[in-house]
Amino acid sequence: MLKRLLLAGLFSSISLGLAQTTTITYWQYDFKSKVEAINELIRRFEAQNPGIKVIHQTFPYDAYQQKVASAIPAGQGPDVVNLYYGWAPTWVKAGYLAPLPADWVKELDQEFVAMAQAAKVGGKLYGVPTAVRSLALFYNKDLFRQAGLSNPPRTWEEFIAIGQKLTLKQGGRFVQIGYGIAPDGQDHHLVREVLVRQFGGRPYSEDGRRVLYLSEPGIRALTFYTDWVRKHEIGVPGFFPGNNGYRDGFIAGRIGMIIDGSFAIGTIQQGARFNWGVAELPVERPGGRKANFGSFWMHGLTPLATGAKREAALKFLAFITSEEAQRYWLEKVGELPARKALVRDPKLSLHPVYGPFILSLGYAKATPFVDESAQRKVMVDAINRVLLQGMDPAQSLKLAADEEQKVLDQFWR
Amino acid sequence: MRLTLGQREALWAYLFLAIPLAFFFYFRLFPAFQALWLSLFEWHADPSARKFVGLAHYHQLLEDAVFRKALLNTFLYTLLGVPAQIFLGLALALLLQRTPIARDFFRAVYFAPYVTPAVAVAWVWSWMLSPHFGLVNEVLLLLGLPPQPFLQSPSQALPTVTWVVVWQNLGFQIVLFLAGLESIPRQYYEAARIDGAEGWRLFRHITWPLLNPVLVFSAVIGTIGYLQLFTQVVNLNFTDQGGPLNSTLTLALYIYQLAFLRFQLGYAAAVTAILFALILIITLIQLKLLSRKVEL
Amino acid sequence: MKRRKRFGDFLALLLLALGGVVMVFPFVWMVLTSLKPFPEIFQLRFLPQEPTLENYRQVLWETGFLRWFWNSLLVATITTLSVLFFDSLAGYTLARLRFPGKGPVFLLILSTLMVPTEMLVIPWYVLSAEKGWINTYWGLLFPGLMTAFGVFLMRQFFLALPQDLFDAARMDGLSEFGVFWRIGLPLVRPALAALGIFTFLGNWNAFLWPLIVVQTPDMRTIPVGIALFSGEAGTAWNLIMAASSLAVLPVLLVFLFFQRQIIEGVVLTGVKG
Repeated sequence: MLKRLLLAGLFSSISLGLAQTTTITYWQYDFKSKVEAINELIRRFEAQNPGIKVIHQTFPYDAYQQKVASAIPAGQGPDVVNLYYGWAPTWVKAGYLAPLPADWVKELDQEFVAMAQAAKVGGKLYGVPTAVRSLALFYNKDLFRQAGLSNPPRTWEEFIAIGQKLTLKQGGRFVQIGYGIAPDGQDHHLVREVLVRQFGGRPYSEDGRRVLYLSEPGIRALTFYTDWVRKHEIGVPGFFPGNNGYRDGFIAGRIGMIIDGSFAIGTIQQGARFNWGVAELPVERPGGRKANFGSFWMHGLTPLATGAKREAALKFLAFITSEEAQRYWLEKVGELPARKALVRDPKLSLHPVYGPFILSLGYAKATPFVDESAQRKVMVDAINRVLLQGMDPAQSLKLAADEEQKVLDQFWR
Repeated sequence: MRLTLGQREALWAYLFLAIPLAFFFYFRLFPAFQALWLSLFEWHADPSARKFVGLAHYHQLLEDAVFRKALLNTFLYTLLGVPAQIFLGLALALLLQRTPIARDFFRAVYFAPYVTPAVAVAWVWSWMLSPHFGLVNEVLLLLGLPPQPFLQSPSQALPTVTWVVVWQNLGFQIVLFLAGLESIPRQYYEAARIDGAEGWRLFRHITWPLLNPVLVFSAVIGTIGYLQLFTQVVNLNFTDQGGPLNSTLTLALYIYQLAFLRFQLGYAAAVTAILFALILIITLIQLKLLSRKVEL
Repeated sequence: MKRRKRFGDFLALLLLALGGVVMVFPFVWMVLTSLKPFPEIFQLRFLPQEPTLENYRQVLWETGFLRWFWNSLLVATITTLSVLFFDSLAGYTLARLRFPGKGPVFLLILSTLMVPTEMLVIPWYVLSAEKGWINTYWGLLFPGLMTAFGVFLMRQFFLALPQDLFDAARMDGLSEFGVFWRIGLPLVRPALAALGIFTFLGNWNAFLWPLIVVQTPDMRTIPVGIALFSGEAGTAWNLIMAASSLAVLPVLLVFLFFQRQIIEGVVLTGVKG
């Protein structure tokens, strides 16, 4: 009799305990250091929140969106999902993201770097980043030294001159180029977000609904960039084979300079067998306007997280974007923190590799894409029409502006 | 109640077909219908939020320049690829049957591309075809010809991709033709030889007609395959999918982009419906024109 | 006479050898790349300067490759066996049995090939979610158990056989299934072997559906696993090539086994008129 009572008591307390455990699922793409980092953060979070269990699932980067697209409509997806900020509007429109509580906006505005504003869609907040990225100039110090150069370029004029010195031809074919031209790499960001602004224009209106780069600065930006190939011959598209050939060619020591994101640091460190350095993007003239393209992966909430799950998911979200988590993330994954407080760390600004990226976070802007895939293609095609078909830049830019305005109009319909 | 012979045969036929038909209905036809049904709606993750838009997506297709390009490209791939694959495949199968030595070795060699994973194939070919470092251009230069941009050029990219697809599919085609050739009973050849025929006449009067079922199969399956071309197109220009200025974009790739990168499944379903109709019509025409009953 | 044949043979050999180089060259390159350390991938040399088995070591012991291999093998084998049986049965029926509705049934089955898998993936996923097939072997298996491709192929080969054989067998008292199993099937052995190869390979390399239906690392198949080697910041080609080289082995074995069946050919005996 007593045994039965004891057992009953045991069972009910266990089931009470179990009933109070909320399980949430977190999805991100598979990248070793990120997977390990999240596992550690989950461990710490679960220790602090005994009633919450987090399941961590990862998928190949190339097919990540497919996974999400199929899972959520079937009610099978994550509660908290990692996504590229540029996908947010598309996901929101198709019903894959749920807005975060309104009181989270204040913290984002005050504590996070400026580019995090792009996590808002239609005034509501849909995600918070742990880390951010921006662009910088990577250069091959050994090739520089061989050509009698010591410092990376500070202005575009210097950039072109250096590029020409580093470009070598043999029998009419390039064997080494000064700059790794890559319209489908980061160069479309370079034109749209960096050059247009540096020359005094802006790519989109404040609300992001109108294309504004069909302007004098915009045409100048496209002409200036394409002249690197057509006039100054400091590079040529598709120089080095493979996807991301610009980065591979740099790692192979065949390209003097590339403009790439901070996410490339790991790969370059692993593959390059020469001395390389990082510098801030050049400007038009000394003291001229600086501009940079910032981007980030953020964590959002899906419509599947309801009730107790939503509460648990919000707690988890807050935890992995806290100052402590971001500090750990920088150490473990090597990605720049998204909070202003951490970015201000003087040690970071002086770091030879991270420094130029950190310095840019103060002025880097994240393009408010609504249909990232289509809009990216618009600019890549605009560049390719000039480089591959010899079209006049102004004409090509007009076609691009019309195309992109149609995409924007259709989205905001 | 006694059944006629014919009725009994029909009953057996339905019995044999019962499981396969049930499978196809439940796992392919019904889901296909569900997918095509989506084309009448504005897609949303929450089924209750999907708005009925009727034929709006189809109207949109009429003004979609990218869709037109994908349609044109898809036709070009099919017109180039299917004959090339069949012709080369048959020629190689005949050569393989005829070669005096190392038959097993050659068969494995010609099959190798077909088993090589798509990712590896794309990587190796984009290296071989690289305008600045590729082996193909090195050979061209040796022959005194100018180097070509291949995958980097809006005009050359499509034929280049077609070549890679044909190259990879040759193994499949050869195995198919070998099976077909080996299925022709030797007696027919012996009988014909006794009558004094040989070489080209043997081919024309025995091989070619008896290969008809395999040829029909190759043409129909090949066409259906090329009309849905996807994998090699994606892998050969991975960062600018669809090639420079959409020069290699196919309908299947466009569908994929719309559905999984732009989350516009309703619109993607409309393109799928068009593709389906196209494949159906072309297949019907082919079956009508190509099939011949062979009487010996 | 004999000299012409010898010259013809020699020419055939020459053409095959030249073509063979073009065919096998990328495969060889893939294997060579798998022996290079990561930084060497970017150097423009054909042969590895510092050949290493490190990539294989990493793939085999530090990734889930062995598990992926097992999953792929299980799924591909079961699917191939299922396809060989059901597709040949259906193909035989469509080719050799007379029944009303034959034409439309054939077209119906053929039409299942005309909607690209990309669009079927979502309905399949919703169905799998409802039935609890997500992340299970059944979930990986079900779409490929029977294929219109196979039905069509077998139908074509069954069509080419003479009717007398089957009539004779029926008169000898064999059941309908017996006619199919004992008379029909052995005569289409080359086609069965070809179908076996194609089905196994198609399954082995299938990517999209296995990607969608699998949630946890222990259920991944080889193509899904290999996709993990590339990311936003670059692709570990050395690992991809090593994994791909390993993945090719079973397929080559399947091919070598089945192609013997194809080559053995077919001899018709006892055919009257």
